[in-house]
Amino acid sequence: MAVLTAVVGIGQTKYEAKRLDVSMAGLIREAAERALADAECTWRDIDAVIIGKAPDLFEGVMMPELFLNDAIGGAYKPMLRVHTAGSVGGSTGIVAASMVQSGIHDRVLCVAYEKQSESNATWALSISLPFSLASVAGAGGYFAPLVRGYMRRSGAPDDTGIRVAVKDRQNALRNPLAHLQMKDISFEMVANSPMLWDPIRHLETCPSSDGACAMVMEKESLASRRSGKVAWIHATEMRSEPTMFSGRDQVMPQATLDNAANLYKKAGITKPREELDCAEIYVPFSWFEPMWMEGMLITERNQGWKMTYEGATAFDGDFPVNMSGGVLSSNPIGASGLIRFAEAARQVRGLADQHQIDGAKKALGHAYGGGSQYFSTWIVSSQKP
Amino acid sequence: MSAKEEQASGPVMVLSCPISLDYAYSAGQSASRFLRAIAEGKLLGQRCPVDGRVYFPSRGSCPMHGVTFGDDAVELSDKGTIVTFSIVRVPSQNIALPLPYITVNVLLDGADTILIHVLDAKLEDVHMGMRVQAVWKPREEWTTSTANILYFRPIDEPDAKYETYKEHI
Ligand SMILES: [Zn+2]
Repeated sequence: MAVLTAVVGIGQTKYEAKRLDVSMAGLIREAAERALADAECTWRDIDAVIIGKAPDLFEGVMMPELFLNDAIGGAYKPMLRVHTAGSVGGSTGIVAASMVQSGIHDRVLCVAYEKQSESNATWALSISLPFSLASVAGAGGYFAPLVRGYMRRSGAPDDTGIRVAVKDRQNALRNPLAHLQMKDISFEMVANSPMLWDPIRHLETCPSSDGACAMVMEKESLASRRSGKVAWIHATEMRSEPTMFSGRDQVMPQATLDNAANLYKKAGITKPREELDCAEIYVPFSWFEPMWMEGMLITERNQGWKMTYEGATAFDGDFPVNMSGGVLSSNPIGASGLIRFAEAARQVRGLADQHQIDGAKKALGHAYGGGSQYFSTWIVSSQKP
Repeated sequence: MSAKEEQASGPVMVLSCPISLDYAYSAGQSASRFLRAIAEGKLLGQRCPVDGRVYFPSRGSCPMHGVTFGDDAVELSDKGTIVTFSIVRVPSQNIALPLPYITVNVLLDGADTILIHVLDAKLEDVHMGMRVQAVWKPREEWTTSTANILYFRPIDEPDAKYETYKEHI
């Protein structure tokens, strides 16, 4: 039987385009120390460190975890690096949780980051392989044809993505940590922004951010003694599938459907839309909100856009999504998944300040990555299962 | 002072350091056969022995069933159907194509996997289901690369029905 585990501390940096005042290590130390302070711990109380980030080629520093663990304060502690492309932040949280759930450690710290100002992600992702024509321009170039596929099969109105983009940027105004603070954001502004990878417009894409997010997790016997609020981990799930195989449904991969079904089963949830109070979902391009509402079995197939359209996913809707502003408002790639997990935990701890959903008790954190083939999710609650 | 000049006169915070990795790349048995064929203007796919689906380009084994394709080879037409596409207006360092360009996921006739390539057509004409054919480089420029195909171009055939390609999106 797994050891019941809780999130007891969360730390984040401010997300912004360029953090020139700190090194990579300085950046993640900032998040780690804030998480420790929130958990009322010091490095002495931490048994192990889990570090996550997206491909090393982004910053051009190979296996940075080898020096980072020492540099942030985790010297001589066991350390594990996690790497599952864009979903890595979520996987980092899950690996950290598993260290406690399995009884190996009592209390761990996980941290995930990206310093995009020192990197060129689109270059790193636009790989030119020998013997082939290079034509896929970064993540946008890869996902735009899939978005078009979703639009065709669902019959969603063309402006669904614009509505997601406006909603998430409005939510970001509630979150002082969010990178984009667009006070004048409007439907017209997004609609008139340049088409980058048709059908994806500039303002329907995520920014490039520097930032780090950290969490402290500990076993039940420690967490139960705390007077402060903790987030109990009810279920975690990770699924993946090959990027290319014949008949692969790239718009709605089997891995996301299996991930969702198994996550809810573990958490004892049968009606996710009713039983979850809110969700923080990985939406790097606006259209992935309706796509993952279906991929996470929140709604019926080809109906996800209706949730956006009817305002269900809005801050005051019946199923708020991306209260923090989401990936569309801050994207330190490697950290982005962990930020989603952290936001879910902040909500159920009741510590989400201006972006708190009143009375949130159970929340979903979600990340995906690669060519829509890695999925990491968790459900946290203010109450023990 | 412009922001750029200010930055230029301020302290150096970030240095751009080009990196390179030189390595010998071996295509392997299966890809070598595919590449030698494409150097002769032929498009070779391989059939999965488990479900009979034709992979193009093939890497010699099936990612679904974990079996080798062995010596199997299926010659494919250079005509196909656009299953989905995007019009790219963003420059990317590794990509030499002039902007905007149309990137297409093409299902070649006889294949069961998509080929990602580019299309030469009026931007307003491109659509899902459009029938296209490869335009090859002059024969004397052919090498062992999918870049032997310069691009695809629309052909005068009726659109493929959505049902015939929808599972490849
Ligand atoms: Zn097979």
